[in-house]
Amino acid sequence: MSDPDLSKMGSRELLDYFLSKSYEDARSARKNGKLVCWSSSIAPSEFCEVMDVCTVYPENHAAAIGAKKGALDMIGVAENLGYSIDICSYARVNIAYMELLKEEALTGKIPKILEDCPAERVPLPDFILICNNICNTLLKWYENIAVELNVPYIIIDVPYNHTMPVPQYTKDYIRDQFGYAIKQLEEICHKPFDYEKFTKVQEQTQRSVRAWDKAMAMAEVKPSPMKGFDIFNFMALIVCARSKKDSEIVFTKFAEEMQEKIDKGIDAFNGQEHFRLAWEGIACWPYLSHTFKSLKSLGANMVGSTYPGSWSIRYDVGDLDQMATAYATVYGNTCLSNKVKVISDVVKNAKCDGVAYHLNRSCKLMSFLNVEIADLVREETGTSYVNFDGDQTDPRNFAPAQFDTRMQALVETKNEGRRS
Amino acid sequence: MNAIAERLGAFRAVADRPAEAPALHKARTGKGAIGVFPVYAPEEIVHASGFLPVGLWGGSVRISRAQAFLPSFACSIMQSVMELELKGTYDDLTAVLISSPCDTLKCMGQKWKGKCPSIQFVQPQNRELESANLFLVEEYKLVRSKLEAIIGEAISDEAISASIAVYNRNRQAMREFVGLAAIHPDLISPVDRHAVVKSRYFMDKALHTEWVEGLSALLRAQPVRPWSGKKVLLTGITAEPNALLDILAENGFAVAADDLAHESRQFRHDVPEGNEPLYRLARWWQLLDGCSLATSRTKNRVSMLLDMVKAGGIDAVIVCMMKFCDPEEFDYPLIYQALQENRIKNTIIEIDQGSESFEQIRTRLQGFAENI
Repeated sequence: MSDPDLSKMGSRELLDYFLSKSYEDARSARKNGKLVCWSSSIAPSEFCEVMDVCTVYPENHAAAIGAKKGALDMIGVAENLGYSIDICSYARVNIAYMELLKEEALTGKIPKILEDCPAERVPLPDFILICNNICNTLLKWYENIAVELNVPYIIIDVPYNHTMPVPQYTKDYIRDQFGYAIKQLEEICHKPFDYEKFTKVQEQTQRSVRAWDKAMAMAEVKPSPMKGFDIFNFMALIVCARSKKDSEIVFTKFAEEMQEKIDKGIDAFNGQEHFRLAWEGIACWPYLSHTFKSLKSLGANMVGSTYPGSWSIRYDVGDLDQMATAYATVYGNTCLSNKVKVISDVVKNAKCDGVAYHLNRSCKLMSFLNVEIADLVREETGTSYVNFDGDQTDPRNFAPAQFDTRMQALVETKNEGRRS
Repeated sequence: MNAIAERLGAFRAVADRPAEAPALHKARTGKGAIGVFPVYAPEEIVHASGFLPVGLWGGSVRISRAQAFLPSFACSIMQSVMELELKGTYDDLTAVLISSPCDTLKCMGQKWKGKCPSIQFVQPQNRELESANLFLVEEYKLVRSKLEAIIGEAISDEAISASIAVYNRNRQAMREFVGLAAIHPDLISPVDRHAVVKSRYFMDKALHTEWVEGLSALLRAQPVRPWSGKKVLLTGITAEPNALLDILAENGFAVAADDLAHESRQFRHDVPEGNEPLYRLARWWQLLDGCSLATSRTKNRVSMLLDMVKAGGIDAVIVCMMKFCDPEEFDYPLIYQALQENRIKNTIIEIDQGSESFEQIRTRLQGFAENI
């Protein structure tokens, strides 16, 4: 890939460029003498970055396959292998993809479904890394990959925070695992861990995270200069380049563009932002366009989400206790009272009129407390809410008509309020 | 023979009427009962308090009120537990312990609807590390201190050590019993075997051990008779209700071994020796092998099942898939692949505690019986 003039590119172009580059780097990793790791999306990226490993993020990749309408073919492969329809669709898509890559490696022939896959091509991993701060499903998903591919499996287990704050003994356990992960990496990569570089990578991670936080906070301005679904679009880069300069460049540019819009009095909906929505849960990637258009037709802009905060991994460089805490307190890994506080803060800060809760067929952890969260957030913020059924990547579990009707009902609650 | 039937009847009476256990214990000891959610918990701490630990593994109940709090894709066992919470079935309990090994249980620990206080805790998943043991000791200290606050009494290390000894003896007795049940299928039906195991959750462990040892002594005295049926290994979370086990018997299947979380996974290894009781309990979790809820980098459950079959005496494997249990669903493809590659007969049945009809399972097991 030739080096373009980044200074002339807008944030969206930069986003596409760096995302594409990350996949290209992974594909050419072995040619360049580098190892490839498959990692969960909020696992500590710092360690692999220090070891100069190319990291691929299966959740990002599965979401891309879903958004590009390729999920069903993959899901079919997984189901033929015996994977239940009840299992997380990211996992089913990724495990199917892995099986197809494995088949190709064994036979030398590219399976048709792999050839037709609309997303960027990724290589098989040399090892895998997870942090279960998103869910324990990851533990099982990657366990299967480790066994199927016979590759080393690095785990950062962050125990579920049934109460808050995180006790010191949990921090001690996580810190010890950081040390063990480093030891495993040294063995896998056949080189010592460079602790000076670790400091620099932590510094970069913090700059990237600050830039991400600043960019995503732009949605809070009323009316918003930002189409809320930009959160979903730009999220891919905070996942895959959190410890790289790339993400800092993109998010800084994005924030500048949004500030320029604010300064000029331009908002994303051209004066038609009638409803400010908080969206709780993962996007329905195969229906990203439908959900966006459906909301836009109602003048509803998604300006609040717990998503941005999930990658707001803040710590003082060199403070491993803080780093452990930051990774352990990702929203999904916390107790009900903390979840209610986080969403309530999102609703208040983004001045939301209502909340849409995604009852995600693929994600038990992000669905099974919805009833309790919704009632408590309403109590705390006074906003209305609706639930809708969906799935992050399996298109069979989303009904456009139900989504449209529920959103109309939610928006109507604000109109009713105005009339009364 | 009559003595055996009599003893089995006693086990079945306990297993069939779990709701009576707390009141019986209170009448006998003056102390109440502590509910213990699936899948694994340091029951010995509860036992040391003098309260009766009772297993809350759901049951055959029509799901109605639970639908307001759990979507349909929550696992069957938690659907029924939620229904029972809302019906007031657990209202006599003094407290409940809730572990968090899967995403569903993490949520269940945050949405307890019963009257008594709940105590949630986490077992670590990076289990090879010593730091995981130290973490779990601290979690168990928290469990102990919260329990002490609820019951208003201290639970000493000495009492926990004594309870570990009681539990280990029960585990040994259970291992012996399931071994004897495997060679005496003419005397121990699938329902009987299950009743002996299930009653552990509703009796004082010392008394249960006494009963099991008595039964085993009678079984040891019996000759091994020829068995014309087939011997199967059950793997999964639970194999309930009795209607399902009756279908096994109707089709000539005997349960020769199990890898069920509700059954043998609880007692196939002892709490190891040592000085610190909470550390010993933490080590039990570290040593737990072959369970979908305990992370294994090599998924040794698969090789363990193969070894169990290859050890002899097992004709086929029946996977008892708890409906909507994704940890088990992740293991299944690899188990299936390994069984097929090793030409081991196998089938899968769905365990749905809310189901009132078992015809589909009956048909499947009839067909399976004809093919092995």
